[in-house]
Amino acid sequence: MICENKVFRFVTGFIVAVLVLVCLLPFFLLIASSLTSEQALALDGYSFFPSEFSLAAYEYIWGVKSDVLRAYGMSFLVTGVGTVISLVITMLFAYPLSRPDLPGRRALSFFVFFTMLFNGGFVPTYLIYSQIFHITDTIWALIVPYLLMNAFYVIMVRTYITSNVPNEVIEAARIDGSSEFKTLISIVVPMSKPIIGTVGLMTAIAYWNNWTNGIYFIHVRRDLYGIQNYLNSILTNISFLQSHSNPNISLSELPSVSIRMALAVIALLPILIAYPFFQKSFTKGITVGSVKG
Amino acid sequence: MERVKQKPQKRKMSLHRMKRYLPFYLMMLPGIIYLIINNYMPMAGLALAFKKVNYSIGLFESPWCGLENFKYLFSTNDAFIFFRNTILYNLAFIVFGNVAGILVAICLDTIRNKFFKRVSQVIILIPYLLSTVIISYIVFAFLSGNNGFMNMTILPMLGMDPVNWYNEAGYWPVILVVVNLWMMFGYNSILYYSTLIGIDKSYYEAAAVDGAGVWAQIRHITLPALKPTIITLVLLAVGRICYSDFGLFYQVPMNSGLLYSTTQTIDTYVYRGLLELNDIGRSTAAGFMQSILGFICVFTANKVVSKIDKESSLF
Repeated sequence: MICENKVFRFVTGFIVAVLVLVCLLPFFLLIASSLTSEQALALDGYSFFPSEFSLAAYEYIWGVKSDVLRAYGMSFLVTGVGTVISLVITMLFAYPLSRPDLPGRRALSFFVFFTMLFNGGFVPTYLIYSQIFHITDTIWALIVPYLLMNAFYVIMVRTYITSNVPNEVIEAARIDGSSEFKTLISIVVPMSKPIIGTVGLMTAIAYWNNWTNGIYFIHVRRDLYGIQNYLNSILTNISFLQSHSNPNISLSELPSVSIRMALAVIALLPILIAYPFFQKSFTKGITVGSVKG
Repeated sequence: MERVKQKPQKRKMSLHRMKRYLPFYLMMLPGIIYLIINNYMPMAGLALAFKKVNYSIGLFESPWCGLENFKYLFSTNDAFIFFRNTILYNLAFIVFGNVAGILVAICLDTIRNKFFKRVSQVIILIPYLLSTVIISYIVFAFLSGNNGFMNMTILPMLGMDPVNWYNEAGYWPVILVVVNLWMMFGYNSILYYSTLIGIDKSYYEAAAVDGAGVWAQIRHITLPALKPTIITLVLLAVGRICYSDFGLFYQVPMNSGLLYSTTQTIDTYVYRGLLELNDIGRSTAAGFMQSILGFICVFTANKVVSKIDKESSLF
């Protein structure tokens, strides 16, 4: 837009600045509250300006750090393993679908595509995974249901290969005697790096943020909880923390109010720290993923 | 260059062709198996809505019961409430989300300072990046009865009495719309903004030469250019009108039973029925309706989108 009207530009700039603050302030509230002493919290509540600074919440968490670290470890493990398997399956599926001469290509594309239009919903999915495949309370419950392969990403990768990897290159490799697996690994994958990066990032974020699989399928083995489920169980049930509590701190001294916020900060940090490094691909993933990119 | 085109004269699978394409089918096998387990088996499982599920007998051996589950589902007022909530919330999200997205995109477009523009685009996406668990912590920091920022700072400032937010259903339509807007406005703005920057600058230049002001440019160039994106995004959202963000409606209100009248949606109802109340009959019936209505909505929405903007539709 061409806008020489300074007042208008000032107003729009002001609106954006306010919205940026609106996005950031809640995080400051979390951080400030986690650094406030328990007495000040009881008196003033969560506040942007702690009247009494305290590290008690973080000291407490340091005392139960094995729990927090294990939850972190599970999150990293599930995200890493899930994303890698997901990318492998997606590439293996998308590449054959991109071959124009593959017999049954239309039927197979429809097989993928139909899952985006229609689904059985939560009840049958839950019953099939829990009653037939018995994945309840195993690590597979966190990796396999819902997240492992996204039909939409298969179609996205297929389209990318069709339009960015020239058919001639693949045909030439075939004439030279390259097997299909070798062509996929040595030609198609290197030429599809941008889309693999985008899909991998979106998948990794989906795994990292997922907590529903945890509450759906993990009923007993709470040691399998990732950081999201760990946080979730604490928010809903502070006694969960107490049952894991540090014997050096008695229950009455438990800084339960600020602990919650401190844990939220700790869970938040990795993604906030990593965000500047992946924000470009993230923005791209969003715009490619919804409307044509 | 000689193209090796292996279009056979007959569509019959010769042994040679089998051998050539076999690796492709092998590659696809894991994905096919996954879709069967994760998607197609649950579709078949929709039939459970017409059965009286009994775990001890086995899922598919359980006896048929006709429409009993549906009669049972509609025997109370619950079904009306969660269908109403799901649809009304989605409509509110669609209206507010898209209006905010367009406004912010236009604002972003007028900013000249490159650094400010870049940084604000990065920051407004942060809420979209977070899990609903983190969101529920943030909401809790504001609304907690004894310590929340609203009760301890904002309401006293306005001279108002503290409110028991997690017990009063009346406030939640506003709270959930605001929270959803906070989560989604950055995402929507970036989508619209990515369309905006594609507009040919010469339109604006020509308009400016003809003396068109900001409003005229927005009305006659920007909004018409955004129209396909608006229609597409709205229709695709309407297609998902029977679905709701489980975390937003379950975790953000802290699973508070007192709030069900304004926070229960199809997804939370189905989950609670199955895993918290052990009321499988109603859950399967509600889930069945969600799947069927959802299919009709998604299909219709995409059909319409494909008429307007072929590339944005699923088919």
